[in-house]
Amino acid sequence: MHKVGVIRLGILRGGLEFKQFLRQKEVVFFSLLFPVMLLFIFGTIFSKNLAPGVSFAQYFIAGMIASGLVNTGFQNLAILIPMERDFGTLKRLRGTPLSPISYFIGKAIVVALSLVLQVILLVAIGWAFFHLHMPHSPALWLRFFAILVLGSICSTVLGIAISALPKSGRGASAVISPIVIILQFFSGVFFVFTQLPHWMQQVASLFPLRWLTEGMRSVFLPDSFKSQELTHSWEVGKMFAVLGAWAIAGTILAVRSFKWSEE
Amino acid sequence: MSASTDSQSRPELAISVRGVTKSYDGRVVVNGVDLDVAQGEIFALLGPNGAGKTTFVEILEGYRRRDSGEVKVLDTDPDTLTRTDHIWRTRIGIVLQSTEDGQDLTVKETVHHFAHYYPNAKNPDEVIELVGLTEQANNRARNLSGGQRRRLDVALGIIGNPEILFLDEPTTGFDPQARRSFWELIRNLRAAGTTILLTTHYLDEAEALADRVGVIVAGSIIEIATPATLGGRNTAQAVISWIWNGEVKELATDNPTSDVLKIAEQCGGEIPELRITRPSLEDIYLKMISQEETHA
Repeated sequence: MHKVGVIRLGILRGGLEFKQFLRQKEVVFFSLLFPVMLLFIFGTIFSKNLAPGVSFAQYFIAGMIASGLVNTGFQNLAILIPMERDFGTLKRLRGTPLSPISYFIGKAIVVALSLVLQVILLVAIGWAFFHLHMPHSPALWLRFFAILVLGSICSTVLGIAISALPKSGRGASAVISPIVIILQFFSGVFFVFTQLPHWMQQVASLFPLRWLTEGMRSVFLPDSFKSQELTHSWEVGKMFAVLGAWAIAGTILAVRSFKWSEE
Repeated sequence: MSASTDSQSRPELAISVRGVTKSYDGRVVVNGVDLDVAQGEIFALLGPNGAGKTTFVEILEGYRRRDSGEVKVLDTDPDTLTRTDHIWRTRIGIVLQSTEDGQDLTVKETVHHFAHYYPNAKNPDEVIELVGLTEQANNRARNLSGGQRRRLDVALGIIGNPEILFLDEPTTGFDPQARRSFWELIRNLRAAGTTILLTTHYLDEAEALADRVGVIVAGSIIEIATPATLGGRNTAQAVISWIWNGEVKELATDNPTSDVLKIAEQCGGEIPELRITRPSLEDIYLKMISQEETHA
């Protein structure tokens, strides 16, 4: 089968899987609603301003948008793929001519589509209820989309890579969810990053989420707020470098570790 | 029939297997299996649970790697396939044991989607018709009965128009009527030239469909024969039973015809409740299995 076929089948597969996702109404509802609920809870509890014109809610929304990248890609796939292994989906696909590459493309499409839903929802609510600053220049919009694209690639390949670890779909949720929540605490989603202990900041800096949160703050908070960041700058170049490195490492890991089924 | 005829490049062989072994953690699961299946043949693999049927078939399907021996399926060694080698997979169809795949998709969506995977796919709506799911075409998989779900599995196995179809216990959960129409479907596939390797627990199914059956016990094939001759069934003694003076009489004999004539003479015409039976495939099979297990 030639290259065009592989990509076309990946797109077909992505469409089919997204259709399946949308039909699981309770999954759709809660995966979209949960971040929104957190937003209202945190936004209401921590109402003080971090700096003139910057509320904690705004800080938190930027972190939640970054978390959305981790949830829709990494967390979702790390749980979904072992479940598909349990259900026999992967075994069946392996018995067909479908290329694993098409399967990966399909997954990336599902991640991208659910991410778009989630981001639109969070940004809209942030704008409507919490005075979130919309990016005010084409350069900022461009940065926003670049973070979304690179972040979701990173998140997708790392999700596929780690999906080889859990033995079952049920086990996957128990393993992956705590990892993601701890990462959120360390990376400045629930708390202001600069107020965390130094060692936590260092650990968080190894992983993409901390950079994604700062990148999103650079898009959604006033530029003056950068003086409150760790290095008094947004560290945009460093963020793209870290995300790029993770994307490459993740792709290599995903290709090497992915298995259709347990032998 | 032993399978040790010359094997290598006989093009009419769909499957050729020599001395295949497979162990897990030192436990031998497949122990030196030889098998030839001709193109267009329906071959049924019988054996108790845990005998190694599924492992053996999965070696042929390219799911598992053998430890030793030779395997050719459509002149290809499944172990030499890479993860991105698709050509061979377009030529085989696999119906696994039950899955819970794609519960939120309709029959129609699923079959149409899988048709995209194959260069020579059959018409999806015709395949749905063929497996008898036309009325359920717009039902989601989670709302199908067990038998309907299984027919969807079969539809996905044949959608690619395979040269070889592997069926692992395909009719589990079918009602008798559905089983009959499934058999008809399999016969039609064979008539169109498809080679079929089937595992089943239903001896009547093997008898109705298979050109040859193989019995696998503890990882070894103990006999390969036609359903009519397995275990010396064709030469086994017939049992005549009838009622005489209110008593059930039984006579095991090699010459049932002449014996029946004699009995008729004694009875002075009609023999009350006359029955002549030969061992069923199931009788023979169960005898073979129990003999083999006492030997082991």
